[in-house]
Amino acid sequence: MYLTEERVAMRDAFGESLLSLSQADERVYALDGDLANSTKVDRVAHENPEKFLQMGIAEQNMVGVAAGLAAVGLQPWVTSFAAFTSRRALDQVLVSVAQPRLDVKLVGAYSGLLNGKTGKSHQGLEDIAVMRALPNMTIFAPADAVEVSLVMKWANEHSGPVYIRLARDPSPIVFPSSAAHDVAKAVWLCEGTDVTLVTTGIQTPRAVAVANLARDQGLSVGVLHVPCIKPLDVPSIVSAAQKTGAIVTAEEHNIIGGLGSAVAEALSETWPVPIVRVGVKDKNSESGPSDALLKKYELDEDAMMQAIHRALRMKERFQ
Amino acid sequence: MTKAVTDVEHIEELRELARTARQHIVRTIHKAGAGHLGGPLSAVDILTTLYFDVMNVHPDNPTWEDRDRFILSKGHSAIALYTVLAMRGFFPISELDTFDAMDSRLQGHPDMKLLPGIDMSTGSLGQGVSAAVGMALGAKLQGREFRVFCLIGDGESQEGQVWEAADVAAKYGLDNLIVIMDFNKLQQFGWGKGSLRASPVANPKERWAAFGWNVGVVNDGNDIAELLAALHTPAAPGRPSIWIAHTVKGKGVRFMENDYVWHAKVPSLQELNDALLELGGTPCI
Repeated sequence: MYLTEERVAMRDAFGESLLSLSQADERVYALDGDLANSTKVDRVAHENPEKFLQMGIAEQNMVGVAAGLAAVGLQPWVTSFAAFTSRRALDQVLVSVAQPRLDVKLVGAYSGLLNGKTGKSHQGLEDIAVMRALPNMTIFAPADAVEVSLVMKWANEHSGPVYIRLARDPSPIVFPSSAAHDVAKAVWLCEGTDVTLVTTGIQTPRAVAVANLARDQGLSVGVLHVPCIKPLDVPSIVSAAQKTGAIVTAEEHNIIGGLGSAVAEALSETWPVPIVRVGVKDKNSESGPSDALLKKYELDEDAMMQAIHRALRMKERFQ
Repeated sequence: MTKAVTDVEHIEELRELARTARQHIVRTIHKAGAGHLGGPLSAVDILTTLYFDVMNVHPDNPTWEDRDRFILSKGHSAIALYTVLAMRGFFPISELDTFDAMDSRLQGHPDMKLLPGIDMSTGSLGQGVSAAVGMALGAKLQGREFRVFCLIGDGESQEGQVWEAADVAAKYGLDNLIVIMDFNKLQQFGWGKGSLRASPVANPKERWAAFGWNVGVVNDGNDIAELLAALHTPAAPGRPSIWIAHTVKGKGVRFMENDYVWHAKVPSLQELNDALLELGGTPCI
């Protein structure tokens, strides 16, 4: 599987796509919690200013205003950091948006560990877990800048609450610019027979790199990318379990409640196989350089490779 | 439906409607064995004035796009809203008997997906004001003429979100937004006991004015004539409005008035009959 040398930040693709949507669809408005130049929704502020609504540093009200806008027929896109969208405004997301199934798009930029050295208050490591627990919520974590646009197109065309998880730092491109896959379904990025890496978000290109590395060591590792974490594409997960008999999940998220939990829940009720989860092991993180954070919090290639070997040992034991 | 705000017959008609609504409210809470009373009784004159005079709504077309919107931000007064909606013709009065029951459209707090006439789901305090701001802003963005009315509680005003919303509404100059505060001076438990029990929100008039709002006071928010005069006052161009309506919690039933324990107490059969007698209704057997 090929990854580009060139790296593109999801947030740049997000700003570009939201600008296009705001120009093409009169219902679309961008709401900002005073982070526009970080989330890149400043593209809308600069190039289509009448579609840009500054809500100030008040996320609870921002989500509530979005609910009101949606209730009168508009499609507001609430943009903030994952930490604030999922934590600061959680009750508003549940009561004002998810319960009445309003057409509000919630964007969690700066998810995960890598947030420009801002540390644990700004890292978004529980957003998937939180959002998964809300009925009516659809959750996406695209793998790269190309898929960001596909996910946004899907969200624009489907009425109802959607949470989109984005990463800050530039990352390799996984999908060709012509990609047009159904983002509601899991995507096989490479086939394998020994173990399947089930991944989401910005962890997906890292998993592809690990699968390539493992192949050099004589292992056949498949990569199943899951852009839509809820509702989960259970048939694809089950077919991965049936095909390889062992699963490693990987995500830049707390090990509790995220993709790994979703996969474990689905497989334990359908086709139980050994599962090893890669993620932040229920710890607070810290501020630091990206590579050092990924290493210390066990999201790097070494951590994923160790998880693959552990899964293979378990698979042998169970056979 | 709007008539001159000084039309004596019209005012008397609205007063009679509010009195009937109060009977439905106490009867329904008794029957359901749960729910709030004090707040609904303090708010019902405001709701009657809005739905039977001020607001442009069509009960036979509850989702009409250009209707005026109403949001009950103090969602725990749901029974008052349900009663007035039913009396206005949004659904049968008999459906009040299902309040709080399994599979009912009349949930403990209003659900916009279930019941005709509910413009926003509320219940978690402070959230309705933000949604009202969003609807009023949405009307402006779409060049539509409808107005947005929102009823908040004084206890609810302790929520920080109310003031976040106040700030944004003023920044966007939402003169199509009219908030009414049901200022009944009591909340569920409050800050102290007996005579020490302080008003839930201090100086609301000054606070809202400081946020840039056009502030009016209704000296008796349980008086239909005063409410009509206030709610027919033209908006201040470029500014959202709030009416601080001084009300009495439990209004209309003397033993419930100004007593915080009636915030969410269920009346016994004897208490129900005493209340119905006082409200000019027929006692239950």
